[in-house]
Amino acid sequence: MAPRTVAAILAGKLAARASRALGRGGGTAIAGLVAARIDSDVIPALAGQAAHGAIVVTGTNGKTTTSLMLSRIAHAAGLRPLHNRSGSNLMRGVAAALVQDATAGGRLHAPSRTLAVLEVDEATLPLIVPAVRPRVIVFTNLFRDQLDRYGEVDTVAQAWQRALTQAPPGTTLVLNADDPAVARLADDAPASARVLYYGIDDAGAGGSAEQHASDFRTCLRCGAELAYDVTFYGHIGHWRCPGCGNGRPAPAVRVTAVGVHGEGTRMTIVADAPDGEAPLTLCVTLPLAGLYNAENALAAAAGAIALAIAPAPIVAALEGFRAAFGRQERFHIEGRDVEVMLGKNPTGLTQVLRTIAARPGRTRLLFFLNDGIADGRDVSWIWDTDYELAQPGAVWVLAAGSRAEDLALRLKYAGFGEDVPVERDEQAAVRRALRETPAGETLYVVPTYTAMLRVRELLARREGRAAHWAGGEEGDA
Amino acid sequence: MTAPVLRVAHLYPRLMNIYGDRGNIMCLRHRCEARGIGFELTELGMGESFHGDAYDLVFAGGAQDREQRGVAYDLLATKAAALRAAVEDGVALLAVCGAYQLFGRFYRDASGAELPGAGVFDLSTEHPGVDAKRCIGNIICEWQPAGRRSRPEALPAAIVTIVGFENHGGRTRLGPGARPFARVRHGFGNNGEDGSEGAVYRNAIGTYVHGSLLPKNPVLADAVLAAALERRYGAIELTPIDDRAELRAHAAALRLR
Ligand SMILES: [Zn+2]
Repeated sequence: MAPRTVAAILAGKLAARASRALGRGGGTAIAGLVAARIDSDVIPALAGQAAHGAIVVTGTNGKTTTSLMLSRIAHAAGLRPLHNRSGSNLMRGVAAALVQDATAGGRLHAPSRTLAVLEVDEATLPLIVPAVRPRVIVFTNLFRDQLDRYGEVDTVAQAWQRALTQAPPGTTLVLNADDPAVARLADDAPASARVLYYGIDDAGAGGSAEQHASDFRTCLRCGAELAYDVTFYGHIGHWRCPGCGNGRPAPAVRVTAVGVHGEGTRMTIVADAPDGEAPLTLCVTLPLAGLYNAENALAAAAGAIALAIAPAPIVAALEGFRAAFGRQERFHIEGRDVEVMLGKNPTGLTQVLRTIAARPGRTRLLFFLNDGIADGRDVSWIWDTDYELAQPGAVWVLAAGSRAEDLALRLKYAGFGEDVPVERDEQAAVRRALRETPAGETLYVVPTYTAMLRVRELLARREGRAAHWAGGEEGDA
Repeated sequence: MTAPVLRVAHLYPRLMNIYGDRGNIMCLRHRCEARGIGFELTELGMGESFHGDAYDLVFAGGAQDREQRGVAYDLLATKAAALRAAVEDGVALLAVCGAYQLFGRFYRDASGAELPGAGVFDLSTEHPGVDAKRCIGNIICEWQPAGRRSRPEALPAAIVTIVGFENHGGRTRLGPGARPFARVRHGFGNNGEDGSEGAVYRNAIGTYVHGSLLPKNPVLADAVLAAALERRYGAIELTPIDDRAELRAHAAALRLR
């Protein structure tokens, strides 16, 4: 390893230590920033040491949960996952995870057992692929998100096409067959790449409701408007093009049955065996609600299968899964249950609202709408989000965050009344919501990204648990 | 006398829907229903023809360049001539962002390819290329409502602020047959240079402001509603409704930069 690379790793480690000593959180991002500034070879030099290679997870929604599931699966399979946690998914976040795992001499701690499990921001993928040369890339979905940052959803699709031209020979692309924008990535894959499709075959999981937030309505090959035999949500479903005959590919890893099970989900995953043997069947009881989480579990299982991990650790890790940071994460505060569900774009938030609506009993709702850089400055997406879904069971609601007034107006239209209360300050909003929630009842907190970081810190403090997880929460969204 | 009914045509609701423009339709419906005015919505997609007599108001929203291409040719083939005639006849129209561009004379996209427009407005739009900065951010502008055609003696109304968000690559220039909808106080507007925002021709308004536009600009929403109803029902006095949440959102947006 070049002396410059070793020096960069050491500098990154020192920066992280200094940041922690100053009480500035876990120090993850700063370590990566420092190391990457000094030497751009840090990521390839460290990632290249992992004997089991790297699996990369990207997409608009679900990449944090899916990559955390993959990390738990790898651990259950006896590997040592090296994972960039909780949204630190730009180049600096990946560099930080690698640097923190390395010795001062620039060696990973146990390279022979290490598998890098990397959550990567959609727009960062073209930089990460040549740097870590992944064995497997899992794509979850492509929705509109932070359009003020990317301009158009198509900008992200084009960045992915660029990334795939740099994929190393033999890379496996794990693609969501139900998302036409992801499925078509096979068209751009290098000839040496393997493609593994996953999807939900169970048509009963589809809804009949009109999809207001749907971001890919036309065929990416011929431009005709797509038709759907089943729509799960947004533009996710069993799609086909009446124009050119393009259609949803048959998935090799598929959910054949999915249903609500208590506050979780029961699902059956069937995977084709590679050499004509009988297909594998995995029955999973997932402790998370919502079809989108079943999809996350499916994507993680497909990624694990692409890595040739056996069914037993996949099932064990998914059944023992604890929610990722702010994604159905639960707190218990003085006899109340508080559940935090991140909602950062119309498709994701509509799924969260559907999940809340399915919960029994009366609900208390604390919605946050921030317009920070990591949230997106444009809040017009709330008008494509079906807040109406959560109105029937709601007995109390508060609109909070830097754009609380926009949110209160949207909630008025969703039937929550003319006078939805407004609270800009996060701490005041949390205090007020806890006061309004009697012991034994549940408060649902639905924040955008930057609000989620702040709110779960406030809740963790009230609960008395450490606010900073290992890995910290200074993510990049 | 039977209660008036507002008949709205929403063009390409499934393809031109990227910036929450559905909120504009929700707003018009709410402001009609709160006053006992009927509301009839017709969604017109690809291949469906447009008949100007059947509607009082036409609405179309924003899209990405890719969807815009497909829509542009369908618009010309199935709707543009009837749309132009309807606007000449006084039918109200509101076009936001992508639809605003498509209702001009042409749109030259980032690759230099030219898309023909419907020609409702005398304007053209050019995207300066993939490397040019998009016009993205909160926008505040000043709009002077026109006096009612039925009451030419009325003084022009006071200046009204319009708030929202803009996100467009194309730069729009107006020809002599269109006048600006508003003046930019903060943001880019048509082209980021001449201070103009949007375009007005007869009862048609085109604008880059989404957010959604109408819910938190209730004065504009009522002006659009009144203009749409006037052609068939004469001047209708719109009774005041509870706009506290609307005005709070408007006031909060005035502080955004
Ligand atoms: Zn096609």
